[in-house]
Amino acid sequence: MSVLELNEGNFEKEVLQSDKVVLIDFYATWCGPCKMQSPIVDEIAEEKQDIKVAKIDIDNNASLAEKYEIMSIPTLLVLKNGEVKKQFVGLTTKNDICDSINSL
Amino acid sequence: MYDIIVIGAGPSGISASIYAVRAGMKVLNLYYGESELEKAHRIDNYYGFVDGITGKELYQNGISQARNLGIDVLEQEVLNIEIKEDLSYNVVTVENTFNAKAVIIATGNKKVRPNIKGIEIYEGKGVSYCAICDGFFYRKKNVAIIGNGEFAIHEANDLENVVNSITIFTNGKEPVNVDKYKVDTRVIKQINGEQKVTSIELEDGQIVDIDGIFIAEGIAGGGSFAKKLGIILDGDNIKVDENMQTNIPGIFACGNLTGGLLQVNKATYEGAKAGLQAVKYIKNII
Repeated sequence: MSVLELNEGNFEKEVLQSDKVVLIDFYATWCGPCKMQSPIVDEIAEEKQDIKVAKIDIDNNASLAEKYEIMSIPTLLVLKNGEVKKQFVGLTTKNDICDSINSL
Repeated sequence: MYDIIVIGAGPSGISASIYAVRAGMKVLNLYYGESELEKAHRIDNYYGFVDGITGKELYQNGISQARNLGIDVLEQEVLNIEIKEDLSYNVVTVENTFNAKAVIIATGNKKVRPNIKGIEIYEGKGVSYCAICDGFFYRKKNVAIIGNGEFAIHEANDLENVVNSITIFTNGKEPVNVDKYKVDTRVIKQINGEQKVTSIELEDGQIVDIDGIFIAEGIAGGGSFAKKLGIILDGDNIKVDENMQTNIPGIFACGNLTGGLLQVNKATYEGAKAGLQAVKYIKNII
């Protein structure tokens, strides 16, 4: 499944109303560790067809970043039924992310 | 421009430099501060020394050997590593910026997280290790930098046009060259907060309200560079493959920084591997 680029317009439908587990990568274009996180997130999207994988550019979506109290990037959220089940702050390995998704 | 810049002049860094220079590379070795090796009063278990050797002497020998082989060995404090658009690297020191095709980090096993109560639970909730990444979240807010030297100043410089105020908290250490920013040298007792950081509590009982805290203690080590660049860490150690390659192509790590056996022989082995692999990397990208 391809990675969704989320924004305030599609967030409700794609995330809060989704029946799938959703992995969201909060990033910014100026952030070095975010650039290293991005291909890891892409790989997970490729390999796990049963979840939704999305990215949010915090520079263009400040209110979404604020809603989830994002204060550091990259931050990854794993949501199920609209609720945050797990948060990762800083560059996170594929294994750690997948272990958390698999446990839900 | 150099082919390879090695950060750290302990056994691992020097070993990496030696293997690289002997493969025809132009090598710069940058070092600053005291090496772990220098602290070893006497080493009796390292191969080849009939009566043992002091850590200081072994350390100095390494640097002299490197210079004899044509490696530029300079005592300069590294503040940052930048990835350029052409995928070369700028290594920024207090005095200069040097460019290279590959970087080998051999800065030893320095802890990334300060030993202050509350730091860990507020990571990502007001505590940050990367000013460039996270300054955005503290626009017009009041921030603290925990540190006492050029590294702390460097992070402050990355924040000064974004935040409302910066105070450098040295946590009991002597400030070094910090005239440009407000400095508080008192010892920190703990970090307070609720959902996020709200204040720094000092040992004398005073509570200082703060919106965010950036960590830049002492001299920047491999862990700090990792946090700023996006190099994968395992605790305080940089993760490498069997060729000392990190997750970022062209950046290698070796010695105590990768964890495991904290011994000279492990360090020199890893330095050799890193040097050789950096050479291979460069030859493939030319």
